[in-house]
Amino acid sequence: MAWYVDRAAQVFVFVGGISAIVFIAGIFVFITKEGLDFVLGPLSLGEFFTSIEWRPTSNNPTYGALALIVGTASVTGFAMLLSVPLSLGAALFIAEFATGKTRETLKILVEMLAAIPSVVWGFVGMSIMHPLIIRVFDVPLGLGVLNAGLILGLMAAPIMTTIAEDALKAVPDTYREAAEALGATRWEVIVKVVVPASRNGLLAAVLLGVGRGFGETMAVLMASGHAINLPTSVFDSVRALTATIAAELGDTVQGGNHWGSLFTLGILLFIVTFVINLTADIVVRGIRKK
Amino acid sequence: MDNGQRGDYAIETRGLNLWYGDFQALIDVDLEVKRGIITSMIGPSGCGKTTLLRTCNRIIERLGYVRTTGSVYVLGHDIFGDDVELVQVRKQVGMVFQRPNPLPISIRDNVLFGFRLHEARTRKVSAAEENDVLESSLRQVLLWDTVKDRLNRPATGLSLEEQQKLCIARLLPVKPEVLLMDEPCSALDPAGTEAVEEMIWQLRGDYTILIVTHNMAQARRASDECVFMLLGRIIEHGRTEELFLAPENPKTADYIEGRYG
Ligand SMILES: Nc1ncnc2c1ncn2[C@@H]1O[C@H](COP(=O)(O)OP(=O)(O)OP(=O)(O)O)[C@@H](O)[C@H]1O
Ligand SMILES: [Mg+2]
Repeated sequence: MAWYVDRAAQVFVFVGGISAIVFIAGIFVFITKEGLDFVLGPLSLGEFFTSIEWRPTSNNPTYGALALIVGTASVTGFAMLLSVPLSLGAALFIAEFATGKTRETLKILVEMLAAIPSVVWGFVGMSIMHPLIIRVFDVPLGLGVLNAGLILGLMAAPIMTTIAEDALKAVPDTYREAAEALGATRWEVIVKVVVPASRNGLLAAVLLGVGRGFGETMAVLMASGHAINLPTSVFDSVRALTATIAAELGDTVQGGNHWGSLFTLGILLFIVTFVINLTADIVVRGIRKK
Repeated sequence: MDNGQRGDYAIETRGLNLWYGDFQALIDVDLEVKRGIITSMIGPSGCGKTTLLRTCNRIIERLGYVRTTGSVYVLGHDIFGDDVELVQVRKQVGMVFQRPNPLPISIRDNVLFGFRLHEARTRKVSAAEENDVLESSLRQVLLWDTVKDRLNRPATGLSLEEQQKLCIARLLPVKPEVLLMDEPCSALDPAGTEAVEEMIWQLRGDYTILIVTHNMAQARRASDECVFMLLGRIIEHGRTEELFLAPENPKTADYIEGRYG
């Protein structure tokens, strides 16, 4: 009897583990299959990467994704500018300074922030940040790089904080003790011992944050203004790759060129996210080996 | 008792009590550690040796729930006094831990860690000077010949014996007067223990050493004076040979004859 239970549990865990891989591979195959005909057929890669004319529904359709790529990059970049220092600072505070109740409360708070659905963040962007940006900076429109970047930065901060805090906590206390006994102040311990020792984990945290920002759809769609545009200031509206797919896929003919072009964006997103996550993973593995 | 008299001792505690939360681990401890000699501290497990040692450089305060009363003087200065800088105390008092704890950086950076920390605060240090300091520190702990070809390799790759020597070496550039050692050989094999003990013995005279040990033979062989602790109190403190040959307190006799374990 016990033997069966043991065996069943084994199979169950194995299937669970395998299915994760199968799903990822399946998604990749599906996206590629839908997009590949278009990539190999009507698409000009030169146009895709250098033109900002994204007009898949025009009589004479063009598929320039440059503005979308720049849109995603600028929003993600701006978000990271905000959230990397914010998250690392928060992680340092939680891991190295806060004690007892403060610490527990902060950790719970950060986890709660991570659980806020992205549509709520998008709503915050539209209904709070939008008028606020107009009022504070005296600009005609508050939906753009600044708004989406702020929202995305706040969204990515909780995961980055959690992972960075784990990395800091993984630094053995004996290191801190050794440095303190040598006369290092608290800040010297952090700067000269803790941060270098958790470097890989912190980098992984940042990369996963970037990945999170990069793949975010709903909040960006709502807060970025969704206008095809090469931004010249943080107040300009932009359009993100993810938001484009979400907004347009419902109106396309399955198997048509527009459909194919959206899946091409999907392939691009998949590759970039995959590379970011893989790098993060390799970086994390780097720590464990040491 | 003016400061001049106090200066005769490297470490002096007066009526020192220490609590971990509600548990009192040190009770009315009066300890006088003379300068320039090796003082060993013995006593059964849990009697407060580590606690007393860690109070002498205030590293015990890392635990938030520790409370002390009484005073501790290091080289004549009250280390709990308002005018005392913790950094100065830590510079004067080096500590060697029970388990070797090199930092996860190169051998060179380990040895120079404290030196850079303190010297670089006030002046520019040349590479040549660093190399001199590095070599002389490693020579003092008899490690130079073993590691001179791999100074840039991680210190964590060394054997435990070498790591512990390194941990002693990194104290020396800071020029401490007192070295606190908490069972520095307990993680080592017999050969390593012997090597490290021999090395510590060589440091005698240059530093005041207060060393905790479970090894009675080591205490007897390697120290000038010996302190016996029991349940948070100092029971006896005297010249090592006297304490071992003719202990004044029957509890000391019981312990050194192995009746406490
Ligand atoms: N961090 C701590 N929190 C609470 N109690 C502690 C702590 N560290 C030590 N104690 C208690 O204080 C007493 C003295 O401990 P200490 O480590 O100083 O003993 P020791 O003489 O060094 O023992 P050993 O020979 O095993 O190293 C013990 O009863 C121990 O349980
Ligand atoms: Mg101990």
